[in-house]
Amino acid sequence: MALVKRETSVEQGEAKAGTKRQETGFPVVSAILGTLSLIGMMVSIWMIFLYAPTDAIQGEPQRIFYFHVPMAWLGMLGFVVVAIAGIGYLMRKDERWDWAARASAELGAFFITLALITGSIWGKTIWGTWWTWDARLTTTLILWFIYIGYLMLRSYMGRTPASARAGAVLAIIGIIDVPIIYESVNWWRTLHPAAQVGVQGALPSSVVLTLMVSLTTFTLLYSFLMIQLYQLQRAQTLAQQLRASIE
Amino acid sequence: MSAPYLEIKGLKKTYSLKPILRGIDCVLDQGERMVLLGANGAGKTTLLRILACLTKPGAGTVRIGGLDIVREAQHVRHLIGFVGHQPNLYDELTALENLLFFGRMYSVRQVREQAVKLLQQVGLARRAGERVGTLSRGQIQRLSLARALLHSPRLLLLDEPDAGLDDEGIELLEELLREHAERGGTTLFTTHNFERAVKFSDKICMLGGGRVVYQQATSGLEPVGVRQAYQEALR
Amino acid sequence: MTFPSQVLAILWKDIRCELRSKQTWISMGLFALLVLVIFNFAFDLRVDNKAAIAPGALWVAFVFASLLGLGRTIATEQEKGSMDRLMLCPVDRKAIYLAKLLGNMLFIGVVEIVALPIFAVLFNVPLFTGELLPIVLLGTLGIASIGTLFSAIAAATQAREMLLPILVFPLIIPVVIGAVRATGTLMVPSINEPPWLGLMAAFDVIFLSISMLMFEYVIEE
Repeated sequence: MALVKRETSVEQGEAKAGTKRQETGFPVVSAILGTLSLIGMMVSIWMIFLYAPTDAIQGEPQRIFYFHVPMAWLGMLGFVVVAIAGIGYLMRKDERWDWAARASAELGAFFITLALITGSIWGKTIWGTWWTWDARLTTTLILWFIYIGYLMLRSYMGRTPASARAGAVLAIIGIIDVPIIYESVNWWRTLHPAAQVGVQGALPSSVVLTLMVSLTTFTLLYSFLMIQLYQLQRAQTLAQQLRASIE
Repeated sequence: MSAPYLEIKGLKKTYSLKPILRGIDCVLDQGERMVLLGANGAGKTTLLRILACLTKPGAGTVRIGGLDIVREAQHVRHLIGFVGHQPNLYDELTALENLLFFGRMYSVRQVREQAVKLLQQVGLARRAGERVGTLSRGQIQRLSLARALLHSPRLLLLDEPDAGLDDEGIELLEELLREHAERGGTTLFTTHNFERAVKFSDKICMLGGGRVVYQQATSGLEPVGVRQAYQEALR
Repeated sequence: MTFPSQVLAILWKDIRCELRSKQTWISMGLFALLVLVIFNFAFDLRVDNKAAIAPGALWVAFVFASLLGLGRTIATEQEKGSMDRLMLCPVDRKAIYLAKLLGNMLFIGVVEIVALPIFAVLFNVPLFTGELLPIVLLGTLGIASIGTLFSAIAAATQAREMLLPILVFPLIIPVVIGAVRATGTLMVPSINEPPWLGLMAAFDVIFLSISMLMFEYVIEE
């Protein structure tokens, strides 16, 4: 009888190679980004409330602009990252790309929700209504729906390769669609001129500077949070694997 | 010594985070017939599905006819005839229409003649115009075999091909397998019946817990001995 | 077998199976009629404002009917949860996508052929102009190209009926806007109208190509 040993040669090789790849370097980068974000936040808040001039037409509420724009920007950026991570996963089949995709999806959804809320509040102060079908706000709302669809899809399909592929496809289609959606809503809006949320005319340099600082700070915050959520995704995957191997 | 027709190295597969195959190594030369034994859940069906290019390996390499099944899946599919647990037929189409459709999908030449010939071979010539939904289990299994053989595959992958067949059907299966081997075709099949395992195969491979626990040439083996080895290996 | 003949072979197989099982298209046709009847009661269509609502009502009916059919064509391929019998074959996955897409468009087309005359009668709207055809074609293609891809994705989940509209609706908004506006312009011509047909055509070309390429990632295990 030629009984083969219980443990295959493949498994023995793996045991010798040591534990799985370590993610080195993240704690350092994370600390740097965290500190920079904190400093940036303090500077930004000072600039937004004390340094930037008061808008002649809209008054103090216009300062929401310095929060709303970066949040909308992060909502867009977040989705671009999900799409790029999706492409990366489809090409490399490495689940770390998928961790990045899920992390960015959660972050982006969070920021785009805030963008919607701040945009709505801003619209209320200018026009007296909580919602206007302005092209940018509408596209933000549609992007919000796409985010929610993505999160629901990933949640229903679990942590499988099929789920990662489906998410990647949704993100790729979504990111190409968003500019088209924006344009079509814009065209539609020219027939239904409605209240527009935004800042008109040339902007003084102090406003531009404040906006740039705010944008940079929020982007730093996004990067810092990305690392945290990425680590969280990794931990969740490893936990699931451990649980499955015990059963 | 020419390269083996089927080469499996370090094959692993995980489903829903549960490892099903934990490193399979196996070779089959052209014209050989191998039977895959093992308890339910040992990974036989998963292994066959990977070889049939229905699902991708998690890790490891598989070569069929010298082709890598991941990189050249579409070419490999031409070489494979698969019979699984599902009949893989369309209930609303007739027996003949099913074969014609699959024949076209495989670019079989003179597809109508081939289909009619195979229907005769599996004893379904009189049922050619009946919808698959109305056929009996045994008839569906025979049609499934016909579908697998239609495009003259080089490698037959059969997951419990004897299930649902009466004695006449088993004889037919034996004859088809013999003809296939005579034409130089390679066969890999599973079964729960140890007599048939010994009778139809040249090599036995036993899976347990996702690994190969026993591999042996069949000549000189008795079904009783195989059953004993099976029970010992599972302990 | 050449690529186009693969597409046609699969399409023909689907049509035959569908005609013999009679499941999908009868319910879709009935559904379209029901939606229109409900709209008749839901919207007060006096002569002056019907032009504003009629195109929207029509296209909402088409979109909802499409969603019903989109789930079915992929579901019928999945015998007991897998598409093995088709995936075993060395057929180009892009051909499978196109065949499913054409099948979906045929089913939606059946609904449209039923719904349009009824719509014209119920709302007393002149719709038998040749210019309607490109609008309906481009709009249907847009909905179906995205819908076919996502029906394959949603089919893998338990909550597929719920998930498919959530995924598809936001993505097809440009097509819906374009189709509604273009149909409206037919009924009530206006100047300085943006090139809606061009937008829909661009949308269709882009998303047909991308969906065709992405389809295999979605159906292969």
